[in-house]
Amino acid sequence: MNATTLKSTAPTSLPNQTHPAHPHRRKSPGWLLVSPSVALLLLWMIVPLGMTVYFSLIRYNLLYPGENDFVGLENFEYFVTDTGFMPGMTNTVLLVGSVLLISVVLGVLISALLEATEFWGRGIVRVLLISPFFIMPTVSALIWKNLIFHPVSGILAAVWKFFGAQPVDWLATHPLLSIILIVSWQWLPFAILILMTAMQSLDQEQKEAARLDGAGPLAIFWHLTLPHLARPIAVVVMIETIFLLSVFAEIFTTTNGGPGFASTNLAYLIYTQALLQFDVGMASAGGLIAVVIANIAAIILVRMLGKNLTDKA
Amino acid sequence: MATLKIRNLRKGFDTIEIIKGIDLDIHDREFVVFVGPSGCGKSTLLRLIAGLEDVTSGTLELDGRDITEISPAKRDLAMVFQTYALYPHMTVRKNMSFALDLAGIAKREVDRKVEEAARILELGHLLDRKPRQLSGGQRQRVAIGRAIVRHPKIFLFDEPLSNLDAALRVQMRLELARLHQELKATMIYVTHDQVEAMTLATKVVVLNAGRIEQIGSPLELYHQPANLFVAGFLGTPKMGFLKARVVQTSSTATDIELAAGPRLRLPFEGSQLAVGSEVTLGIRPEHLVIDPNGQLPVTTDVTERLGSDTYCHMVTASDEPLTVRVPGDFAAAYGESLKLALDISHCHLFDTRGYAVSRVLQQAA
Repeated sequence: MNATTLKSTAPTSLPNQTHPAHPHRRKSPGWLLVSPSVALLLLWMIVPLGMTVYFSLIRYNLLYPGENDFVGLENFEYFVTDTGFMPGMTNTVLLVGSVLLISVVLGVLISALLEATEFWGRGIVRVLLISPFFIMPTVSALIWKNLIFHPVSGILAAVWKFFGAQPVDWLATHPLLSIILIVSWQWLPFAILILMTAMQSLDQEQKEAARLDGAGPLAIFWHLTLPHLARPIAVVVMIETIFLLSVFAEIFTTTNGGPGFASTNLAYLIYTQALLQFDVGMASAGGLIAVVIANIAAIILVRMLGKNLTDKA
Repeated sequence: MATLKIRNLRKGFDTIEIIKGIDLDIHDREFVVFVGPSGCGKSTLLRLIAGLEDVTSGTLELDGRDITEISPAKRDLAMVFQTYALYPHMTVRKNMSFALDLAGIAKREVDRKVEEAARILELGHLLDRKPRQLSGGQRQRVAIGRAIVRHPKIFLFDEPLSNLDAALRVQMRLELARLHQELKATMIYVTHDQVEAMTLATKVVVLNAGRIEQIGSPLELYHQPANLFVAGFLGTPKMGFLKARVVQTSSTATDIELAAGPRLRLPFEGSQLAVGSEVTLGIRPEHLVIDPNGQLPVTTDVTERLGSDTYCHMVTASDEPLTVRVPGDFAAAYGESLKLALDISHCHLFDTRGYAVSRVLQQAA
């Protein structure tokens, strides 16, 4: 994927910098002109990756400095057999899947409603719907933790008390669900943003033709709007997947991955290995596993949805 | 049978009135063309008929049924849009059957209707393609097919040919005319192109600024325009207009003095005209002849050569433009002084308000 993006973006961005090519290199000035940026990007990627690979193959615990001998794949073995690994994997999948589902389904419905109805203050509502996206993850997690989920001062506790129920300590009893809600709240605006703009590009005459053909609002939504949104939905799914695999701040500021491993995802597990257990080697091994998983996810997504993107109408 | 009665139809957007009271009868099997300059309200009028816009006041009546407030789908009309408005993710077959599927018609019946429409439009081999795999002309035909399968009472066309290139437009124009014959259907067609209006219509409705200027057959409008607007709008190149002043009138003739110089005696009913009032003489390019003994001195401007004909643009002494049709091989130099003879029997005279003055002897056109 990286290689193709490089090839396609670099030449188009370069023609502006027209340095006269040296006469004896006239054969391929394009390649030469591209090479600095290619080299820089390659270094940017290769050096950290190389270091991670190196760390993952040696014993590297900050508590035992100097004992950096080669251990082969031992770090990987320990990471995979760690008690936190399976919950971490499951939670990652649950988190990514649930947030995708919530943000796409609600995103489509909200943007369809917003597009279909005219009301006073629609512009303000649009801005409000999109604004959670501009709040940094730590801040939004803290807002949810202290103002919404808090069993004493949270708004949900107030609602529960109003109905005479026992307030729920959300982060302690439903840690993963709470995290999913927080992250969905952050990513739903992104879906709305993309889907709303996409919806505005739906040809009005198509809708009118459908109305003449006897299609009601629901039939138009099902037969015209949804197919029209297939591509933007694919974009939302791809971009969100990549970011959701690495959710960290929300977990760090609310549950610290607990109780136990109940809200630990892969990214948080790697963090605990590196900076709570000081085992850089094992964390590096975990990091590489995460890279592999992210790539597998990317390949599957490109296979599944990429056709949607390149299949230009 | 399909007859549409439009009575005092008005449409305003906010404070601006677009359609300012339209009365029109459309009879069965007519090919009615709404023509007019952009912004004259012709598309709005079509959309009002289709039900895509709400009527501000007035009524629409289709075969005796008031359809003013009925939803577009239930009006029994089908529309072909300028951009075709095909559903991009559906095949040609699905595009054409969409309305029937929604109406819950049996699969067999739907297939039969689609096949029949495809046969009429020669789309049979394209039924399983998506719209993006079709050329402009094919898309146009699918859009028409989508209308045909519904067997509507009236077909509505909103500038259907304006997105096609010139050659294809001529071809589709012929196909539409043939389709009208074959389907024996009532059609309403909107265009800004007066050539399409002239060639397709059995009845032309000339619209201007939300009002009907004149209704009639293409040749009626061409030979007997009711006012200056219709006279100037129909015909390529445009009719030439010369300012004049009434000198003397009688019930059988009107004498005028052109601003360009000469006096003319014209066979027009003069009793309505006041002596000394400003009038306009209209004459088409084909009714002017270059003649050394002609009454009207002119200077040649540019010439347009079309092969079969040449259009000479002239300027009169009063600086008014005139166009003359001359044979294709006519040699005219720029800035040359010539004289024109006017064919008096084909002149048009318009009074101060721009209305046509009636001719004394109605001569065969």
